[in-house]
Order: sequence, then structure tokens, then C-alpha cells
Amino acid sequence: MAKSEQEILEGLAEIVNEETGIPTGDVQPEKSFTDDLDIDSLSMMTIVVNAEEKFGVRIPDDDVKGLSTVGDAVSYIAKASA
Amino acid sequence: MGLLEGKRVLVTGVLMDSSIAFHVARIAQQEGAQVILTSFGRTMRITETIAKRLPSTPPVIELDASKAEDFDALADRVREHVDGLDGVLHSIGFAPEAALGGNFLKTEWADVATAVQISAYSLKALAVAAQPLMPNGGSVVGLTFDATVAWPKYDWMGVAKAAFESTARYLARDLGPAGVRVNLVAAGPLKTTAAKSIPGFEEFEGVWASRAPLAWDIADFEPAARGCVALLSDWFPRTTGEIVHVDGGVHAMGA
Repeated sequence: MAKSEQEILEGLAEIVNEETGIPTGDVQPEKSFTDDLDIDSLSMMTIVVNAEEKFGVRIPDDDVKGLSTVGDAVSYIAKASA
Repeated sequence: MGLLEGKRVLVTGVLMDSSIAFHVARIAQQEGAQVILTSFGRTMRITETIAKRLPSTPPVIELDASKAEDFDALADRVREHVDGLDGVLHSIGFAPEAALGGNFLKTEWADVATAVQISAYSLKALAVAAQPLMPNGGSVVGLTFDATVAWPKYDWMGVAKAAFESTARYLARDLGPAGVRVNLVAAGPLKTTAAKSIPGFEEFEGVWASRAPLAWDIADFEPAARGCVALLSDWFPRTTGEIVHVDGGVHAMGA
């Protein structure tokens, strides 16, 4: 069953929270992972592999670079898991 | 019967599933080995998640190659899972940004020292830490990138690899009497997470595209991983201090 973008956002916010301690409510679609949430490359890698497990998708490294905001990641996962 | 049936193998360096070590661990399991992974610090969580993508999920123990106390604790940490080892894969390397990428003439000693400690000295530290677990001998295998020549941008990492290759030869000398073999695989360029942090990596790709008599695919980890598994097996019983080139033949070509 494909998840809605809202469900993906909530799931992703939990992963970000577990890795960084950032409150889930702060993980909003318009936020940039690096500029707004201050997430470094190692944390980003952790978030990506955990998102891959949680949503059953694969996000190649080359594509990770293109995911600058939380919203980008949510749409990517939604598309990849559709 | 698998090539590593009944063997217990410690595999360092599994970060992502695009790590060479991941594929060594995978093939080792497929060939019958019991595998234990190491990781460290913040990368532990990544390794633990990636470990679930192996045929069977191995334990992950802490080993930071910059910490002497982690090497001291290694044998005890391994013994929590297995009673000894038959093989060890060294897949550890690091150079600070200032040591790579065309800054060769300006790199300071502190950065060089880090590259040599983590990328070369760690082989000695790992082999010595693991030796008590191999009372009947065993196989230590490491991964290098041909350090006999200078490469674009590789800089002090290349120097560290030369030290690494030499370290393997001295370890072969000193651990041989205890039945421990020490060999390296010199792989061609592979698109790993580590490689992506090497500026100028694409220049290596060009060399392999034009010079490898056997077609070389930078996304295919199987050849290098199989080379490592072969050296971990009993099929090179009197080979030590050797560097096996799994590079499509580039090392043997003049142009």
C-alpha cells in the first residue's frame, strides 16, 4: 500500500528526530536539511538509509544530492514507492 | 560446500551497501562464513541498518581505527559472538580533505599523519589485535589502490597506500611463523561512498576505460569482493605478502 505524502512526512520526521533530536514538528516540507535543520552529511546518510528501510525504497547517492528540502525527499519517496 | 564453510570472518569497513566490504561480507556469508562487522561512532547506526541487507544479519562491534583502546578491546568484543577467527578483512582508510585533491605540496604533517595512521598503521593494529583470536593461523586481507605510481589528485592517500602495502609485507614477515597470511587486493576504481569523497575520481575512470584489457565496471563490486574472499579461503595456503590485482589488467599495461 503506497503511503500518502502526509504519512511519509510523519515517518521521515520521526527518523530525523531519532538521528538529530530535532522536534518532529520542525520537520516541515519547506525546510532545507542543511540550511534550516543544520543536518550534516553523516546524519543525512543515516536518515537516508533508515528512510530506505522504513519506506521500502532505494535512494541512490546521486539522487540524494538533489533532495535539498524535506518536501523534495517526501515527493521522491512517494514517487519511488508508488 | 562453500569456499568459506565453517570460517569466522571479521569484516571492517561496511558503511553503505556500496562499500566493497559489504560485498565481501555478502559473498563470505554465501560461501558459508560466519561474519562479524565493525563500525564506529556515529556510523554505527548506518552499519547496523545496512547489515540487515546481508543474507543474514551479522553483529556489529565497535572499532574506531584511531583509538588504541578499541584495538585492545577487540578480542573480547569478538569473543562475545564467536570463539575465534579464521579471517579478517581490513577495509579502512581516511585522509583529511587537505591531503587530497591537488594540494600535495602544501599539505601539513598533521593531515598526512592522520592519513597514514588510519589508512596504513591500522592494518598493523588490526592484525595484532586479531592475532590472539587466530591461534591456528588465519588470513588477513586488505584493500589497496596501486601505490607504485602517482595518480591525479590521490596525493597523500597514495602515500598512505604505499605505507599500507609495505605494512602488509612486514606483517607477512612477522605473522607468518604464527600461520597468519597477510595479502592485499589492489582493486580498480569502484564507485563507493569513500570514492565519491576523492576529488578527481572521474580521472581514474578514464584511465580504466582506455587501458583495461578486461572491461572494467566501476559499479561492479563483485570482482574485487571475490578476490578478497578467495584470499580469505584455504585456496592460497602458502601465499603471503602478496598483492593480487583485481583491476581488469591495468597494472600490467604500459599504455
